[in-house]
Amino acid sequence: MGSHNNHSGGNHSHHIIPKEIYTRVMWALIVCTLLTVGFHYLFHNVMHGSVLAAPVAFIIAAFKAALVLMFFMGLKYDKPDNRLIFATGFFFLALLFIISVLDIYTRIAETSTL
Amino acid sequence: MRGLMSTSNHSHGGAHVAHHFRDAEHQFDSAKQGIWLFMVTEILMFGGLFVGYAIFHTIYPQMFSEGASHLDWRLGFVNTLVLIASSYTMAMSIHHLQKNEKDQAVTKLWITVLCGVIFMVIKAFEYKAKFDHGLLPGHLLNVEHAHAVHANLGMYYGFYFCMTGLHGLHVLIGMGLIIWLAIRAKRGDFGADYFTPVEGVGIFWHIVDLIWIFLFPLLYLVG
Repeated sequence: MGSHNNHSGGNHSHHIIPKEIYTRVMWALIVCTLLTVGFHYLFHNVMHGSVLAAPVAFIIAAFKAALVLMFFMGLKYDKPDNRLIFATGFFFLALLFIISVLDIYTRIAETSTL
Repeated sequence: MRGLMSTSNHSHGGAHVAHHFRDAEHQFDSAKQGIWLFMVTEILMFGGLFVGYAIFHTIYPQMFSEGASHLDWRLGFVNTLVLIASSYTMAMSIHHLQKNEKDQAVTKLWITVLCGVIFMVIKAFEYKAKFDHGLLPGHLLNVEHAHAVHANLGMYYGFYFCMTGLHGLHVLIGMGLIIWLAIRAKRGDFGADYFTPVEGVGIFWHIVDLIWIFLFPLLYLVG
């Protein structure tokens, strides 16, 4: 092993994520999917529309995405380098989204006749 | 150079360390870093489509709502479960390889491919129904046949076919790669000492699942 290898574990063998963690993550994802559909039914069929429908659906989706990233894609156990690479991509996507939202709500929504 | 190499890379055939790497660990980490850089391009590519969808959804909320009302959320729901199961089996195949449990790993890889097939078959039925009803992108939309309330409904279907089409293409490519992995794993190319291609394709397959996690509520539920 190279002495200047800044691997976080410093361990030669790769981290083996236990089977139980994968199983629990899968069930959590299934439960979240059921929650998404349940909330959709509540907002759509019972309340006949709610401003909360989209935020709730996307908060659950973001939680599911975090589970996939951390456990299935292994970012939780990965080197800081790969976490930084992901964070950089996510940061610029968030920037694009925020600037677009600001533009829509301060310019187009104010002046458009559509 | 040879003295620096790991001694653990002789079994399982494929663990040859290229001369520009210190050892098998360094080679594995570099390959994985490359995959993560590729994942950033994927996130930004799909991210652009998501932001575009959000912008036009804000401008034409009723039209997007009409578009989503033509989709059957039950099919999107089943496909979500199928992709979650496939992500699980993909992750488990790596777990088995790390424990040198070759046969279980091969089985898990083939189950992952099967899930991909189920996903694409359901998708094909959905596409067929849209084609039959004239629900097509842009000017291809058949306004009369589709009974479209909004004349620009073709925009919703432009997003729908671009986003699910690009996603479906990723599923197909992922399936092809996993078939290749299953064949190589069966041959004994992979084990605890060397599973870099499985790790890389696995990350790719999970991001396909991750994108669908957002596509499902976006297209089918919130609309």
